[in-house]
Amino acid sequence: MKFKLDKKDFENFLNDLLETHDLFAPVQLTEGVSVFKKIERPEEVNLNQLVPQKSAKEVFFPQSEVMFRFEMTKHQGSIVSKHQIERERVILGARPCDVEAISIIEKVFVGEDYTDLYFFEKRKETTIITLACNQPLTTCFCSSTGGGPFRREGSDIFMIDLGDSYRLELLTQKGKAFSKKRFFKEANSKDIELAKELEEKASHKTDRSIPLEGIEKRLDLMVESPFWDRIHEKCIGCGVCTFLCPTCHCFDITDEVVNLKGQRVRNWDSCLFPIYSLETSGHNPRPTGRERTRQRLMHKFNYYPKNFGKVACVGCGRCILFCPVQFDIREAIRYASAKRTQGMEGRPR
Amino acid sequence: MIQQKLREKAKELLSNKTVDLIIGYGNWTLPLRTTPVFIRTPQGTESLVWNSFCENNLVTYLHKFSRFKVGIVVKGCDARSVLALSLEKRFSNQKPLLIGIPCQRIVDRKKLKKAVKGEILKAVEQGELLFVKGEDFEVTLKRDDFLYSVCQTCNHRTPLQADFLIGDPVEESPLLDTHPDVRDFEKKSPEERWTFFEKEMSRCIRCYACREACPMCYCAECFVDSSRPKWIEKSLSSSDLAFYHIVRAYHQTGRCSACGACERACPMDIRLTHLTQKLNQEVKDLYGFETGIQPEIPPPLATFDPKDEQGFIK
Repeated sequence: MKFKLDKKDFENFLNDLLETHDLFAPVQLTEGVSVFKKIERPEEVNLNQLVPQKSAKEVFFPQSEVMFRFEMTKHQGSIVSKHQIERERVILGARPCDVEAISIIEKVFVGEDYTDLYFFEKRKETTIITLACNQPLTTCFCSSTGGGPFRREGSDIFMIDLGDSYRLELLTQKGKAFSKKRFFKEANSKDIELAKELEEKASHKTDRSIPLEGIEKRLDLMVESPFWDRIHEKCIGCGVCTFLCPTCHCFDITDEVVNLKGQRVRNWDSCLFPIYSLETSGHNPRPTGRERTRQRLMHKFNYYPKNFGKVACVGCGRCILFCPVQFDIREAIRYASAKRTQGMEGRPR
Repeated sequence: MIQQKLREKAKELLSNKTVDLIIGYGNWTLPLRTTPVFIRTPQGTESLVWNSFCENNLVTYLHKFSRFKVGIVVKGCDARSVLALSLEKRFSNQKPLLIGIPCQRIVDRKKLKKAVKGEILKAVEQGELLFVKGEDFEVTLKRDDFLYSVCQTCNHRTPLQADFLIGDPVEESPLLDTHPDVRDFEKKSPEERWTFFEKEMSRCIRCYACREACPMCYCAECFVDSSRPKWIEKSLSSSDLAFYHIVRAYHQTGRCSACGACERACPMDIRLTHLTQKLNQEVKDLYGFETGIQPEIPPPLATFDPKDEQGFIK
């Protein structure tokens, strides 16, 4: 059966969902700023910002996560609590790029040699309801990174905005478990036709021209290229791009201790921060922005592809949109492909 | 006109090797924006631009290029940062050459984005007007309705101490007397102020874009990065966020040139300049001091005089 959900029933549907699940969706913090957050009330859900600042990775891999709490006495320590998932989770309104990004991180966190329980427990208990992108932005280039505005892979339920209703495709076992939900109606042929039209229209909108084919091999030959001397210059070394990136997954673990009681916390870290690679001796193997920018791009387009066969970029455009100095990863790829630095200093738009 | 003169001056400085490098603004991929550019050849100067979207304070790059002879494009506020840094002896080897442009005040891209529905694909400036285009809209807006708050209150638009001034000095009359966020903040009770502050800071992701964008933040080791002693934790607790932002603002006391780079850099749209502007006001009221205006007067918090008028210091 083909489903749809009328928008007038949307809040009721969310209310039902909240009774059985922990729900995570984009919430607007202030005009123009949205993040994925745990939802308390249905009206908090706001799907208007196509690319929320913080991506859905926050749901599995929060910026700051208490791993456990501990207490120390004079001679021994004891762990007093451990983080656990209590209820099944639903992510609603993640875009196809964010969903692909989850699978990219998953390859690192849930591997053959090691399983990161903090990530895995959450991932296992989560149903993903994706929202298709009818209106991609000009900074979207998912079609260049192997995705697309209607990419369904990784989604349990795929949702298409038809104006007055959402067309719903229940794609996996987890998704099909929702088929008995109240408010789900049968979609008619007109709905299905409209959904197809929207998909066709959107597919022409995202940029396919970013030359990622063979990028890994090209970068192999470019480790000491003068390209890096120039490309990093405008980067001021903040963590915007890496923190907002849905595939960046570096973290730092610290103990926060007061009076022999404390917690072990893991926090996002960024390879663009000088202290990221600073060693105890005081030596820093990535002493300048040149090495740090190289690391950021090499990890996405060389090291990760070597390990997992795909670039670690989903073309969401966050790093372009929110960079304080307009470092544009698309242009970085173009220049790397052309192996040139000429023209990097700006051009007429 | 100004853009053409700027290119000519930059070309001259590179051609006769007065400088190794020009730091200026260029066009890049997004509308409503420019990007910092680093130009080393006379031909490269053709990509220099000047318009109301030149929002970055390029002075923050001078720390990185201290080994070179640099020519840098500065607005009034940016020139003030250079002067403030000179007083802190940051340019003991060689001072950068300042190519000053009297500023027409800068357009707040976030304000502009909120005023239209849909993605802005193109924005062109013509005199006092902005022509803004999207896929299914086209509007003409008044430039002055979309200026950064710090620019509305600016009364130092003409760069001081510039080695070259491109264009004529402008009249120094602020459009607003008080920064709107400061005015609102002052009206609040202490409890309301704290609530407002905490709400703004709660969006912080500790990316430190505000710190990196600021030319005055150049400590070899920022207090947030120090592990011995550890002044602050790395997570997002409200006390750590408050601590970071209060200390960041306080470290700017008597040093902030009101360029607003911190607020512009923030991806989470956190209002930051109400703090720094309030501090600037206090410093002015207490000591009659404004950052980067008088080259011979050291910043009040970096000097001590036994004959200090202020009672609280004795």
